[in-house]
Amino acid sequence: MLELSELHQETRTEEAVAWHRKDLLDTDCLSPAEIELVMETAAAMDEVRSRPVGKVATLRGCTVVTLFYEQSTRTRASFEVAAKAMGADVVNMTASGSSVEKGESLIDTVRTLEAIGADVVVMRHGRSGAPYLAARNTSASIVNGGDGTHAHPTQALLDLYTMRRHVGDLAGKKVVIVGDILHSRVARSNIWTLMAQGAEVVLCGPATLLPRTLAATGERGSCTVTTNFDDAVEGADVVMALRMQKERQQGGLIASIRDYIRGYQLNSARLDRARPGALVMHPGPMNEGIEIAPEVAHGLASVIEEQVSNGVSVRMAVLYLLTAGRRAHAA
Amino acid sequence: MPPELLIRGGRVVDPASGTDATLDVLVRDGVIAATGPSLEARGARVIDAKGLVVTPGFVDLHAHLREPGFEQKGTIATETLAALRGGFTTVCAMPNTLPAPDSAPVVEALLERIARDARARVFPIGCVTRRREGKELAEIGELAASGCVALSDDGSPVADAGLMRRALELAGAAGLVLSEHSDDPVLNAGGVMNEGRVSERLGLKGQPVAAEVTAIARNIALCETSGARLHLAHVSTARSVELVAEAKSRGLPVTCEVTPSHLFLTEDAVFGAGDEPAYDTAAKINPPLRTEADRLALLRALDAGVIDAIATDHAPHAREDKLCEFDLAAPGLSCFETTLGTVMTLVTRGELDFAAAIAALTVNPARAFTLDARVPGLGTLRPGAPGDITIFDPAARWTVDVTRFVSKGRNSALDGTTLTGQVRYVVTGGALAFEMEAAYA
Repeated sequence: MLELSELHQETRTEEAVAWHRKDLLDTDCLSPAEIELVMETAAAMDEVRSRPVGKVATLRGCTVVTLFYEQSTRTRASFEVAAKAMGADVVNMTASGSSVEKGESLIDTVRTLEAIGADVVVMRHGRSGAPYLAARNTSASIVNGGDGTHAHPTQALLDLYTMRRHVGDLAGKKVVIVGDILHSRVARSNIWTLMAQGAEVVLCGPATLLPRTLAATGERGSCTVTTNFDDAVEGADVVMALRMQKERQQGGLIASIRDYIRGYQLNSARLDRARPGALVMHPGPMNEGIEIAPEVAHGLASVIEEQVSNGVSVRMAVLYLLTAGRRAHAA
Repeated sequence: MPPELLIRGGRVVDPASGTDATLDVLVRDGVIAATGPSLEARGARVIDAKGLVVTPGFVDLHAHLREPGFEQKGTIATETLAALRGGFTTVCAMPNTLPAPDSAPVVEALLERIARDARARVFPIGCVTRRREGKELAEIGELAASGCVALSDDGSPVADAGLMRRALELAGAAGLVLSEHSDDPVLNAGGVMNEGRVSERLGLKGQPVAAEVTAIARNIALCETSGARLHLAHVSTARSVELVAEAKSRGLPVTCEVTPSHLFLTEDAVFGAGDEPAYDTAAKINPPLRTEADRLALLRALDAGVIDAIATDHAPHAREDKLCEFDLAAPGLSCFETTLGTVMTLVTRGELDFAAAIAALTVNPARAFTLDARVPGLGTLRPGAPGDITIFDPAARWTVDVTRFVSKGRNSALDGTTLTGQVRYVVTGGALAFEMEAAYA
């Protein structure tokens, strides 16, 4: 059974929801109660981080491995800081300079890490679904740190955490995600959490970069798809711009970066159409001047830096819940 | 010569003659001697086929035996044994081997191995282009003379329309059908499953229906231009069979096949049955499993005779070829040993006509590749036809267990699935070649 009391003594009196998952692979399977648990735990972690020392020993004796098959600076650093803030031992592995380069299979790699003593493996991989393969073949907990064009659950959870701090209850709120939705793992994982919160999600981008089948009406929220950003942004409570990868132009999916900017850059003129005080978000890294104008990225409405900071708290929460679950299971 | 064989009291189904009745079949000197009621033959070995269905041995137009070059996935010996176990007595071997059969010496070496190791009748399919690279034509006349029954570059579609036109013209002149995996490689670039709801959900790159449909339309137009016989391998979409129906209605020499996998499964198999996605590499196949609407259209087209043949596209793979990331997994299913079960399960469910299914496993494929011109009567039970017979229990229910496959490939998407219909006996060349072990019943 999970007890948050050691972290957050004043408010928690009872803990009805336990964490049963071995892994965190995506947000699509999380129940509303599980999402609440992550949010509450992340808030407790915020409190820990605000203390003068900013660290606890909750994960002492735990080994967290970051296994990154793709380049990343912020996600890996965020997980590393989160794990170390709770006293875990952290080992960083990259695909280059490892057995992976010698042709070792993913399954053998994660089994080796398990044998070395990894409790949690945070994995980023360029192939959609790779963490699922890993999770099925190891008893270590797998945290999906981004797989191909599929999912990035901790990003969606930190986005939700950030939105709720500013917007409160997301039911009926309009959240516009603009950019290369089709290839975005951030967008996909956000869709599931936001719809579960009852938000009205609008996916916006050039026709070549939009999904054709993800529009849906859920039990509470909804998800719609449009190519018209000017209309989409009207009355929005949150606008999230996604990174526009320059390769998309080479791949023929957009005519030019210039044309993309014309239709889809989040600039102050467009932001003026949103609800006053609407949040500006971006999962990073930004191409300022492409998908987002600098004055918006650094404007008053921007919570982009706060997203990064909240990411540490949310990842602490995820690592904590997974390891607490493992300990409860082992006990 | 093996002793006489009398198959007694089975439901004899011979689509070529329209026979569907309880009869005996007598096999003598390696060929069908007689079919009729209450046959007598002193000293003959008797197979009691009461309650069983007796058909011509199944004919497969599309299988991968992997030898030479990929013996870790399968060999002529192992895969033809798997074919027999599945009721297939004749198998056309696709040329994606190493070396590929793009010249007479390679075909001759292959035929020697077949003569030595094959447990079923194997016909080689030659390449359309050298090394199946789609650049220069293979020596088509020589391939025909050396014993190839058809031409195909298998999973590498002939992308160049001009080259395809010349290939069809030369193949037609050589009397060979060209079996084409119809696909637009540009539209399909990087695709690993059907483009649509599931691919978008899983973040996997899709293969759009349009990639197959445009290629089929092109190939039908080239068939019309050349007048040569075109066989469309494993059609997978509703629109594909509409194009084939239209081509046939205009009298073009077009035939096509469908795999049991596309008749039985949909793109949902990639997601799996659980709440969380499985990214099930066992369900990765090319062309990809499509939607339920496509599956139903394929079944209707088979019933209507628009689809000529059920071809297995048997594609054994080694364990590590599938135990990896979905993008990197090899496409294809090991399905010799499950095809009859899937077909009879569909018949039992009322989704597929029994007579159409048996025709699509026997006489129709034999005619599509004019195999009956090489071996008179192949695919039928008429007197003088080869003594190739499949005897199956149409109602037996059994659960697929890949660890019991005789194929080296255990890559089935049906492991653990309960199917109806199971092969009991297989006769090749007049001799009993396979009898299901009692333990497996």
